[in-house]
Amino acid sequence: MKPRRIGSMPTGDSYWAHEHVTVIEPPTGWRLLDWRELWAYRELLWVLTTRDVKVRYKQTVLGTAWAVIRPLFTMVVFTIIFGNFAHMPSEGYPYPIFLYSALLPWTFFSAAIASAAQSVVGSATLVSKVYFPRLIIPISSVGSGLVDLLVSTAILLLMMVWYRVGWTVNLLAAVPLMVAVIFIALGFGTLLAAITVSYRDFSHLTPFIVQIWMYATPVVFPLSVVPARWRWLLYLNPMTGLIEGFRSAFLGKPFDLLGLSVSFTVAVVIFAAGVAYFEKVERRFADII
Amino acid sequence: MTTNAIEAEGLWKEYAIGLPDARYDTFYDVVTSWITAPVQRLRSFAGRTAESERFWALRDLQFKVAEGEVLGVIGRNGAGKSTLLKILTRITAPTRGRITMRGRVASLLEVGTGFHPELSGRENIFLNGAIMGMMRREVQQKFDEIVAFAEVEKFIDTPVKRYSSGMYVRLAFAVASHLEADVLLVDEVLAVGDAAFQRKSISRMGDVARRGRTVLFVSHNLGAIRNLCSRAVVLEQGRLMFDGEVREGLALYEKSFAAPGAEIDETRFQGTLGGRLRIEELVCRQRGEIVTVIDPLMELELELRGTSLELFPVLDLKISFFRDGTFIASCHDTAREAAMQEGPFISRIVIPGDVFRPGRYSVGVGAVASIGLWMWGADVAALDFSDERGGRSAGRVEGLIAIPHRGERVRG
Repeated sequence: MKPRRIGSMPTGDSYWAHEHVTVIEPPTGWRLLDWRELWAYRELLWVLTTRDVKVRYKQTVLGTAWAVIRPLFTMVVFTIIFGNFAHMPSEGYPYPIFLYSALLPWTFFSAAIASAAQSVVGSATLVSKVYFPRLIIPISSVGSGLVDLLVSTAILLLMMVWYRVGWTVNLLAAVPLMVAVIFIALGFGTLLAAITVSYRDFSHLTPFIVQIWMYATPVVFPLSVVPARWRWLLYLNPMTGLIEGFRSAFLGKPFDLLGLSVSFTVAVVIFAAGVAYFEKVERRFADII
Repeated sequence: MTTNAIEAEGLWKEYAIGLPDARYDTFYDVVTSWITAPVQRLRSFAGRTAESERFWALRDLQFKVAEGEVLGVIGRNGAGKSTLLKILTRITAPTRGRITMRGRVASLLEVGTGFHPELSGRENIFLNGAIMGMMRREVQQKFDEIVAFAEVEKFIDTPVKRYSSGMYVRLAFAVASHLEADVLLVDEVLAVGDAAFQRKSISRMGDVARRGRTVLFVSHNLGAIRNLCSRAVVLEQGRLMFDGEVREGLALYEKSFAAPGAEIDETRFQGTLGGRLRIEELVCRQRGEIVTVIDPLMELELELRGTSLELFPVLDLKISFFRDGTFIASCHDTAREAAMQEGPFISRIVIPGDVFRPGRYSVGVGAVASIGLWMWGADVAALDFSDERGGRSAGRVEGLIAIPHRGERVRG
């Protein structure tokens, strides 16, 4: 006789059902992402993400105010260095707004990659003690940056009022642009997370990669300062199109649709490649971490 | 027809064990190693690792567990028990073979995994529950039960970093044991908490088993295996040595285990003395017989065997005892610091009866030769004291340790 199931089992989640059969076999190279399993663990994703957010500002005097101070401070420093000292052109917009509209997605992106890259190694005890889809770890570390992103978006919207840069319908484009940035961050972050498990060298390398990437992206400078015949080179970097897209969204400029479509395609490719590699090697994590 | 909850066929697991790091004696060696080491490492990643660097932790395991059965897995350290559990829980993948499991699988491998010190008991219950695959709703339904079981009602909104270690493990076990599952994989967790909580945990496991769940139970606590399990398998060097009745399995295990003495887990040692002093075995004797389960009321002789690779004019050797992570006391084999001759040695201490309590104590071994020349290994072995209380009630064997004392009661 089968053991009776008491009413307390969550219903509607066939993944956890009594009839569910788990087959464990040696890993066989590339495999497809198990969306069903990932979905069954969605609450873990939520819990880990909120844990990171909750813990981030615990036992700090200023608490969540840091989420406001940090981006503001970075913006002020960059404005002084690049705007006042280096006289970086800003296409006629106030430099702080010009800078901040790009710094906003970039800060999220760089923090997401840096924390995702370290996430699996940082969760070594978890990885060697319990099973769950490992992909949850880098995804949650990217996700926990979203709160800070919302805070800095609010700051930008207020700054736009202050500098009398009008809000336009272009703002709506920020949402799909952000989704693309998240996809690149997830793809690149999971890739780095997986590589860092085997080669800790990447713990040291990742900050450099992120830093160099920033200067290869028109964050502190406008794309127009790059000679036209070299611009395609910058467009190989998917963040170029997206950052320019953010500027158009916030400053109300026309969008470069060709550049954007390239960036979106590259974003999807990077996401797929990163996740595929992660899935290929994740079953070895517990043995080598 | 009975269905099988777990079926394992031809299970093999191979681990690559790294070669010990080369020694660098001179600055020149260190500098050249900057160039040669990455090249060698790349080579070893690219090519196959040599036979000598590989190790089979499991060899051709084959077994079935019927639905509702409680299977005990026993074996010495390194026999492959933990590897088997890690494969069953999908933490690591088998090298060959196949396992089929039916129903929802839950594991109590190490309680408190994913607990975050900064978060409150309440937040950690949800966090830990989610890590183990419980839905939020499920945790909510059982929340009061979990808190009551862990006996932490008053501190539920306190960050767990302020918990005592006892409260911590109680909470962790409580969450884990309230997970509804068809197949439960349990490893050693019963060795947490004080004696009273251990009994509570064991009876909870018994409830789970009686409710028709399939349980696979790995433990050094032979008493618990005897009480809970309906069948036992014995692992030895990754192979299945025995599969059958519990009593028979335990007898076989005690025979094979007692012969060479308990191995010391040498990988746990750290410090500068490593490689110059080796501590290999810990043998427990009572009345001259080697025992694996110790009678707490009888005198206990502990024998530490090892090899010194050089002569130390002064060397202080100690055995330390821990219970639930709490350091209790250290014993030394010599009253003063003494020399250690080169070659094999036996270091012996004798502890009177009625000092230790029933249950498990963890053993740490340390050595100091001079300032900066030391080694220490925590948790290198464990002592299991049987649950025989000599007719005393459970409440009379609580506490970390017994204090020798006299007492009287007179008319006032």
